[in-house]
Amino acid sequence: MQQLLFAIVTMVAGVLACAAYFFGTNWLLDRIFPSKGLSGAKASQNLRITNAIRPWLFMAPALLALAIYLIYPVFESVRLAFHDRGGRNFVGLSNFVWMVNDGEFRQSIFNNFLWLLVVPALATFFGLIIAALTDRIWWGNIAKTLIFMPMAISFVGAAVIWKFVYDYRAEGNEQIGLLNAIVVYFGGSPEAWVTLPFWNNFFLMVILVWIQTGFAMVILSAALRGIPEETIEAAVIDGANGFQIFFKIMVPQIWGTIAVVWTTITILVLKVFDIVLAMTNGQWQTQVLANLMFDWMFRGGGDFGRGAAIAVVIMILVVPIMIWNIRNATREMEGR
Amino acid sequence: MIATSRSPLIFVVHLSVLLLVALWTLPTAGLLISSLRDKDQLAVSGWWTALSSSEQNLIYRAPSPETQVERDGRFVITGNVFEGGAGTVSAFGARIREPDAFEPGQTADLGDGEMLTLQEDGSFEIVSDARMEGSRGQRIFFTASAPPRFTLDNYREVLSAEGIGASFINSLTVAIPSTIIPILVAAFCAYALAWMPFPGRAILIAVVVGLLVVPLQMSLIPLLKLYNGVGAFFGVPAKTYVGIWLAHMGFGLPLAIYLLRNYMAGLPREIMESARVDGASDFDIFVKIILPLSFPALASFAIFQFLWTWNDLLVAMVFLGTGSNELVLTGRLVNLLGSRGGNWEILTASAFITIIVPLVVFFSLQRYLVRGLLAGSVKGG
Repeated sequence: MQQLLFAIVTMVAGVLACAAYFFGTNWLLDRIFPSKGLSGAKASQNLRITNAIRPWLFMAPALLALAIYLIYPVFESVRLAFHDRGGRNFVGLSNFVWMVNDGEFRQSIFNNFLWLLVVPALATFFGLIIAALTDRIWWGNIAKTLIFMPMAISFVGAAVIWKFVYDYRAEGNEQIGLLNAIVVYFGGSPEAWVTLPFWNNFFLMVILVWIQTGFAMVILSAALRGIPEETIEAAVIDGANGFQIFFKIMVPQIWGTIAVVWTTITILVLKVFDIVLAMTNGQWQTQVLANLMFDWMFRGGGDFGRGAAIAVVIMILVVPIMIWNIRNATREMEGR
Repeated sequence: MIATSRSPLIFVVHLSVLLLVALWTLPTAGLLISSLRDKDQLAVSGWWTALSSSEQNLIYRAPSPETQVERDGRFVITGNVFEGGAGTVSAFGARIREPDAFEPGQTADLGDGEMLTLQEDGSFEIVSDARMEGSRGQRIFFTASAPPRFTLDNYREVLSAEGIGASFINSLTVAIPSTIIPILVAAFCAYALAWMPFPGRAILIAVVVGLLVVPLQMSLIPLLKLYNGVGAFFGVPAKTYVGIWLAHMGFGLPLAIYLLRNYMAGLPREIMESARVDGASDFDIFVKIILPLSFPALASFAIFQFLWTWNDLLVAMVFLGTGSNELVLTGRLVNLLGSRGGNWEILTASAFITIIVPLVVFFSLQRYLVRGLLAGSVKGG
């Protein structure tokens, strides 16, 4: 409780300090370069100066935080990737050479690509189907809320939920995990799903698909509603059936949104960490880059060089999407 | 749309949506139901059988021979294997190898002239002609079907003994300031990027969009080094709440600025121009007009940031540490998964406590969440 009180006091202090900064600098700026009460050239010159300075006062705290927490680390991580475990001695490409020859790293890259192939595709596919179906029934909104709900659940919480579904008891015992109970009911024999090499990756992916489908559904549902009615009416008049309308009229009109959903989930997949840590911690050949990186950060006192090198690999995988996003955003702003 | 809703396929649509909803909710439902079940029942039967009686193989140790009473020249120990609970015995035995050798009501020979009778309702009687010896009671093996039992004991246990209660406070301590502090900082920056002309604005916006997708992993090692360095230099601990609040703020800012800028840029220009004609400065316009008008966007971001900081594991593990006192809920849950892997009564109850706060936020503020998602993702359209 005392700790919570401390948090609230700090929070209030932080907000007040923030407000004081904005009020204070703004007031100071108006005092140093007054534009009211002065006349003519002096006033307009002062106005020009304040107008040039004020945006930077408004942005300073945010830019400072971005610089410290995101921009500087990117450069520092790249630098560390070429240095040894303590970050002092330059070692050239040896961290990357180690990486290419390391079985665990190759396993992680392979698994990450599996995740990249499967999760965005399945989540977008289910999201699209559910968005299309729920639009046609009266309880569609309730259904959407329930499917959207896993979005709020933490990856760790979801891992516990699904570990319970995958729970395994030796053959002959009563199965308390849903999946094994179903398998046994249909006459199969129970399996310890998360320890089944290769296939266990897919059992972990199910968790992320389960979480992200709601996200895809919400956005695609809004996009579907934005489709002009006339195009659909025209198709109906031409005698198109439901499937044709969906796949030939509606889907092509929302390709842009589908791409946004796909890339957003792709970025998330590249960073997947919690699920793997909680379910297997990379055992049974389920290692992924983010978990491997976390592992090297602390393994044997921490190897910052190798950890940073793995982070750089993740970053390189993100860069194409980053460029695509920036180009889209810039084009959109020019259109305004 | 109009035409398809009349087609006979609508029945198939209902059915498939129902199936999908079941697929998406059953895992969570299983967790919730299991966390409320009696832990002995939870361990031996699936949660979908929670409402039916469960068969269990149990062991009961009868009271020690000291409690025997003499009746009609014989020595008797009586009791009930359910100890006040309810249930039905379907079979029993006196040896671990034959736990179901006898039907209820039959009499088992325990040797040494002792006879055991166990009734269906659980009451038993051990009878002997001679005084019974020994200090420990007879073990009775029996199969019973117990009625469904629901209890809050699991929650009571995890909140106190497993440290979930303390972690709950830690999570709140991390999440609340991490949500509130960035809002003001981001709002000022977003206003400048949306409505104040200055050279380099387009580049800054592009930088923010780019930073949206920078993986957290890039920041971890440099920041860990930085924190350690700052801690050593000033002689303060490197892992503090202030440190994690600032880290969460830094990681949340790109999204906050992006969301708020898009929203503010969409506000009508006339409002600002008429205010400026009336002699209001940028500062007044922002505080008195833009900030109140941006409430929906602020709420959207606040919900995102709260869910993200509450559910976060990685940042907390790196910047707050993994000691028992500073574990947040997600970290504690990962630890329990390791140490209490098979104790589902503990795991399910703990997991439910960690997800209940986000779920409440989700169900009460879903409108803003959806709006934020749409603003953050649908570009162009």
